[in-house]
Amino acid sequence: MLNTLWLVPTFPLIGFLLLALAGGTFTRKAIAVITLTAMGLSLVCSLLVTVSFLHSGQTEFTQVLWTWMDVRGFDPAIGLHLDALSVIFMLVVTFVGFLIHLYSTEFMTEDPGYARFFAYMNLFVMSMLLLVLADNLVFLYLGWEGVGLCSYLLIGFWYQDSANGHAAQKAFIVTRVGDAAMAIGLFLLFTHFGTLHIQEILQLAPKRWETGSTAAITAALMLMIGAFGKSAQLPLQTWLPDAMAGPTPVSALIHAATMVTAGVYLIARTHVLFELAPSIQLVVAIVGAITLLVAGCSALVQRDIKRVLAYSTISQIGYMFLALGVGAWSAAVFHFMTHAFFKALLFLSAGAVIMAMSHEHDMFKMGGLYKKLPITFWTFLIGSASLAALPLVTAGFYSKDAILWNALILDSGSGWLWLAGILGAFITAVYSSRMVIVTFFGEQKKEIHQYPGLRIQTPLVILAVFSVIAGFLDMPHSLGGFAPFSGFLHTALPHAEERGSVGLEVLMQLIAAAVTFGGIYLAYVAYYKKPDMPQALMTYPLLNNVRNFWFHGWRFDDLYNAIFIQPFVCAARWNKQDAFDAIPQWITWVNYGLYWTLRQTQTGNIRWYASGVAVGAIILIALVVLL
Amino acid sequence: MAQIPMEHGLLLAGILFVLGLTGVLVRRNIIFLLMSIEIMLNAAGLAFVVAGARWGEAGGQIMFLFILAITAAEVAVGLALVLAMFKKVKTLDTNVLNQLKG
Repeated sequence: MLNTLWLVPTFPLIGFLLLALAGGTFTRKAIAVITLTAMGLSLVCSLLVTVSFLHSGQTEFTQVLWTWMDVRGFDPAIGLHLDALSVIFMLVVTFVGFLIHLYSTEFMTEDPGYARFFAYMNLFVMSMLLLVLADNLVFLYLGWEGVGLCSYLLIGFWYQDSANGHAAQKAFIVTRVGDAAMAIGLFLLFTHFGTLHIQEILQLAPKRWETGSTAAITAALMLMIGAFGKSAQLPLQTWLPDAMAGPTPVSALIHAATMVTAGVYLIARTHVLFELAPSIQLVVAIVGAITLLVAGCSALVQRDIKRVLAYSTISQIGYMFLALGVGAWSAAVFHFMTHAFFKALLFLSAGAVIMAMSHEHDMFKMGGLYKKLPITFWTFLIGSASLAALPLVTAGFYSKDAILWNALILDSGSGWLWLAGILGAFITAVYSSRMVIVTFFGEQKKEIHQYPGLRIQTPLVILAVFSVIAGFLDMPHSLGGFAPFSGFLHTALPHAEERGSVGLEVLMQLIAAAVTFGGIYLAYVAYYKKPDMPQALMTYPLLNNVRNFWFHGWRFDDLYNAIFIQPFVCAARWNKQDAFDAIPQWITWVNYGLYWTLRQTQTGNIRWYASGVAVGAIILIALVVLL
Repeated sequence: MAQIPMEHGLLLAGILFVLGLTGVLVRRNIIFLLMSIEIMLNAAGLAFVVAGARWGEAGGQIMFLFILAITAAEVAVGLALVLAMFKKVKTLDTNVLNQLKG
């Protein structure tokens, strides 16, 4: 059954081709059937492949379909590589992808671009599967750019509004910065190793490069910038909040659950290179820690429910990068998986709320919805609890706890990173409780416009179940140490040696739990018991300034506008005539001069022409006679 | 019949040609233009005849017959154009016909 691996990305491709080429001729029902069949078959195939992969006992499996191109020994293949890491990513992408497609068939019902939407979505799933299954970096790059393209197309899906188009362009251009760096990283790897086959590079690198050598650091740095761009980490995070301009299922699938974690996948996939460059790995951890705090603070003060979730996504990916940076590979991937479940759930529930409120995004105009939308409320509550890492019962607790624990006790970790993580956990608990309280409690401010149907509620319930039970796949030592997930991952990723005692681990978990409850209590007091308190605090100018600063994402947009965009626009305006055009311009001027001179002879007067003929004849005769 | 020296004949042809050319260059009336061209053609024909007589060749006279034929054709076309021109611009002044200047 392993040989059916190639079918996993092929079904979404077929779905895309059908919908893109003939989408206009199908009815809405047929479109929904096509897209769900494509995604369903892809999911079934990936499940079958996973089961037979686990049964076969292999740690990796490669399926080369054909050679993509062959240029003097540079021969990247259309080849798929399966190991524990790609199995997990493949499963999450197809599973969450299928549920979000199911949700979208109802959510987008009234949209005129129904076929176009699902064509893009299927193309996205295919690209993402190529990204995580590719056996060489060129093929991976194809998937990498493919998801970038789909992200652009789907952010600007409602293109009649120019603001959406700007958001799409911003996302595309900002991630392009990272992609360019990543391309340079690939060139570097190719010049050093003569191949871009991932497994070969991972085997060759430790033999050819010493730990900390310049080449290793440069290559890791370039890949790191690429990962930062795609995963919206500082300083390339500005595009993600604006990416919320797209339809909500897009935010759930692309800008929360899958695409933005491509950077996590890339670093985990090329972990050998990062281990050879410890300084870069430390940078990854520090940037992750800073990002999770910066984005968390911004999430605290947003009013738009989707923007809260967007900043929270940046913050949670910050946790993953923190884990990658300290070498806790399996903790990072574990957090990726639980985050995919609960963040997709949160976005989808938020989408259901937004739809019920007739496209109102501002949480403070909602309120009191818990009785009206019970299923949405409970699923949203479970998602938020998982995001806030409510101890013991939610998946988010186990994955975040693993990251915090590893950040503290691993050699490359430190108390500072742990402190940043625990502070971030507090902020997370505050903003996720705030989101739930403001949206679902208090008085109802707006009538329900539309109730969610079955195809919206089913994915919510399934994802809510997974947001709880996914955590039991990887229990810490203090709770029995039942960890099939990291056991499985360690067949592909190195095992981080844990040295802490169980007693210390329990202490840390108690601290984390206390922090979570503290955050929830703070939000409860500030937004439920005394709802006037936030407004009262805003009367202090300092707090108000801080709030505005955070609200605008720490003013990164203004900063980039001042240091990149304005100088560029200025230079473009100054150089409107394009200095380089002046070089070929002289040809035009010479031609124009000749034209102007010769034009004077064309008087239109017949006697003038006759005298011209006569003078010419006299000159010719004179030449013949005289010479 | 006394022989006329070739130089005299060529001189006459030259004078006629220059007269015709001068007519073409200075007259504005298109009828006079056509007549001046006629003089120039005949001057050329005279030069052929004189040269043919000088070397005792029949070619010069044959060429003159050709020139006559061409002249007749030219006059036919030219007069038709003059009629068309007069219909259009109601004048025979060639300076009016300068719409094609660059």
